[in-house]
Amino acid sequence: MTTVDQPVRAPAIAMTTRRIGIAGIIFGLAAFWIALPPLTVRSVVWPILVALAALAAGIWAVREGERRIGYGAIFSAIFGVALGYFATQTSLGHLNIVIVWSAILAAMLRYATPLTFAAIGGLFSERSGVVNIGLEGMMLMGAFFSVWGDVQFGSWEVGILAAMLAGGLLALVHAFFAIQLRIDQIVGGTAINFLALGITGYLFIQIYGEQGTPGSIAEIPDVRLHLDKIPPHALGHFLDGAIGQLNLMIWLSFLVVVLASIVMFRTPIGLRIRSVGEHPRAADTVGISVYAVRYGAVVLSGMLAALGGAYLTLGFVHSFNEGMTAGRGFIALAALIFGKWRPFGAFGAALLFGFSSAIADRLALAWGTSWQTLFQALPYLLTLIAVAGVIGRSIPPAAVGRPYKKQ
Amino acid sequence: MTEAPTPAPPPLPEAGTDAAPVNFVERYGLLQRSGGVATALITASLAFLIGGLVVLATGHNPLSAYREIFNGTGLNWLFPWVNGTDRTFAAMNLQQTLLKATPLMLTGLAVAFAFRCGMFNIGGQGQYTVGTIVGVWVGSSWAGIPGPAHIVLAIVLASLAGAFFAGVAGLLKATVGAHEVISTIMLNWVAFYVGSYAFGLGGPLQNSTNVSVPISNDIATNAHLYVFWGDPILQGLHIGFFIAIGALVAYWVVLNRTTLGYEVRAVGFNAEAARYGGINVARSYVTAMAISGLFAGLAGAIDILGWQFRVGQLDVQASNIGFTGIAVALLGRNTAVGVFFSALLFGGLINGTSGRHLSADVFPPQLAGNLTLIIQGLIILFIGADVLVLYLWQRAKRLRAGKTPGAVEVGT
Repeated sequence: MTTVDQPVRAPAIAMTTRRIGIAGIIFGLAAFWIALPPLTVRSVVWPILVALAALAAGIWAVREGERRIGYGAIFSAIFGVALGYFATQTSLGHLNIVIVWSAILAAMLRYATPLTFAAIGGLFSERSGVVNIGLEGMMLMGAFFSVWGDVQFGSWEVGILAAMLAGGLLALVHAFFAIQLRIDQIVGGTAINFLALGITGYLFIQIYGEQGTPGSIAEIPDVRLHLDKIPPHALGHFLDGAIGQLNLMIWLSFLVVVLASIVMFRTPIGLRIRSVGEHPRAADTVGISVYAVRYGAVVLSGMLAALGGAYLTLGFVHSFNEGMTAGRGFIALAALIFGKWRPFGAFGAALLFGFSSAIADRLALAWGTSWQTLFQALPYLLTLIAVAGVIGRSIPPAAVGRPYKKQ
Repeated sequence: MTEAPTPAPPPLPEAGTDAAPVNFVERYGLLQRSGGVATALITASLAFLIGGLVVLATGHNPLSAYREIFNGTGLNWLFPWVNGTDRTFAAMNLQQTLLKATPLMLTGLAVAFAFRCGMFNIGGQGQYTVGTIVGVWVGSSWAGIPGPAHIVLAIVLASLAGAFFAGVAGLLKATVGAHEVISTIMLNWVAFYVGSYAFGLGGPLQNSTNVSVPISNDIATNAHLYVFWGDPILQGLHIGFFIAIGALVAYWVVLNRTTLGYEVRAVGFNAEAARYGGINVARSYVTAMAISGLFAGLAGAIDILGWQFRVGQLDVQASNIGFTGIAVALLGRNTAVGVFFSALLFGGLINGTSGRHLSADVFPPQLAGNLTLIIQGLIILFIGADVLVLYLWQRAKRLRAGKTPGAVEVGT
């Protein structure tokens, strides 16, 4: 992440420019938002006016030197007015079907949670210098073995433990080959994905056969908060719909993000992980065991990715199917890159990708599944744009992907 | 990722105490340089062995399972003692195996070519999908033009589409330094969803006759590739097989006999040194990726024109050919001959484990399909780990010598 240095301008003025640029971005979004329920303005004049304000703020910020945020505001204005125009042209009936904010937010959180777990897992692995494109496979292991443990012992807690064990074991294989045998980490990750597909598919057919997983699995419970009592009725109703009934694992994923951030940036363990990922030789010289730290980080990443898989089966769809993670591990990887290898960045990206999935679902309600399918390509396109450096360069840890050889 | 995928075997610790391991390493290194046949055979055998153990552990007979899979590949056609109807069936099975091996050779080349330029093209799947989309679109439109022209047009445009798709990743690497693994993974999923959308219900390329089926239109009959072995109705072997062989030859010629190939290999060997030597590294990245994508797009076109004739949403989503290309390239050590034989191996595995050939009494085909994935994963895992072979060998030797096995630390 590049730091913006302003040697000439006084910091206070720079902060103001920044704020105006950010306000521009928000105005651009608002140009779209006012055309949607509950406000639903039907004249295109209002989105244009709001977008003009955003445009002005953006241009001003660019001229004052805040180029990145300024251009962000300009883009936001253009997209805001385009989408706002589209919304005013759409029938009210369709808008009311698609835009139900509380349902969208709840769906966003449901879709984001598996991505969050896996992305935080990837964060540990990659920050320690080991590329992990096997997240998909580790998630799949978690998805299968959580169901297996759950059915065997009739409890979701055991299911979660089994998932973490299986994901951790597969990660251990990746770690052994990547760290000890120093094979190319991307080759190793590819192998891990194939292995997981094969192992879970094989065991699924062997154990459950044609009927699939039993219908009577112990599910991870939802946390019921009675938020509809909160005073203004509209607000209470909205909050209750959005977060009033979320799965336990969703709340746990928030906790994992906070913990990951604290561990990574506020503890000696995090310092060790980061130093091993940035400059292993230096870390080795001061007595940090590069291998031990990397083993720990990779195994932890497998466990976290498996938690994402366990949520998917025990908390979301309540069954297992061959290859059911369907690329979520790769979106998690994308979220990690999009979030610039930072816990809250990755979490934000996971929320954004979850939001796009949620919107895609709602679009399907009004216009059929065709658009929904195309919409699902969006997270990948966004990540492509992000790695192309349009939205600020995403720079990986310095030693990521390089095997370390002790001297 | 800038190094060649095959690291040289590191010097063994405590190797001087005994003459045998030194000889072994020397022999092994020699084989490695002469094409790495030994590593490929050892890893493949090891993977099949472990796969057999999985079969055994889950209560099936690995020997009869493997025998049945082998017979399903049709390779028993090569045995002179197979006669009568067995021989007819073997011929048909072998046609199927070669049919499956044909695109694998090309997607294998797609991975191998980028490897030789020091890049990992993990996007063969997406490039293949784009090739099938363009191939089926061209093949099913413009029904009026004569067959050969139609075929050439479809093949050229599909290959170019693949080249463009991969070229994006090459361009991103060359200009802004975006890692090609990340961009090709993202492009894979873009192709996945664009393909699902195009052939899905209400999609732009969905068939015009039955709107409830998410499948494309059939390509024009005069755009079908000529079937030279077997019955065209029963999916005989088409001339796309020879196109793939031609591509293998072209791969070898371009890499070893042209300036372009020299530059690509130089960049793959050491990008910094190549830059210092006056080679335009950025251009090499773009060209190498585009050529890689060309091979994968060609694979897509040939599958469409040769035997599929149409693409469904499910075909796009279930296809694994591009990913298997990674295993093909790695096992084939990125050489033309190696890619040919490993494509045969994987083509045989895919065909031998398909429900069409494998009887469920011996070994359920759904299990066998997943067994293929396990074996594929193990091969990819082991092939990069030359050190593992040495590790196991040393360990075994030490066990024989009665020393503590834990004393060997290969990683040190």
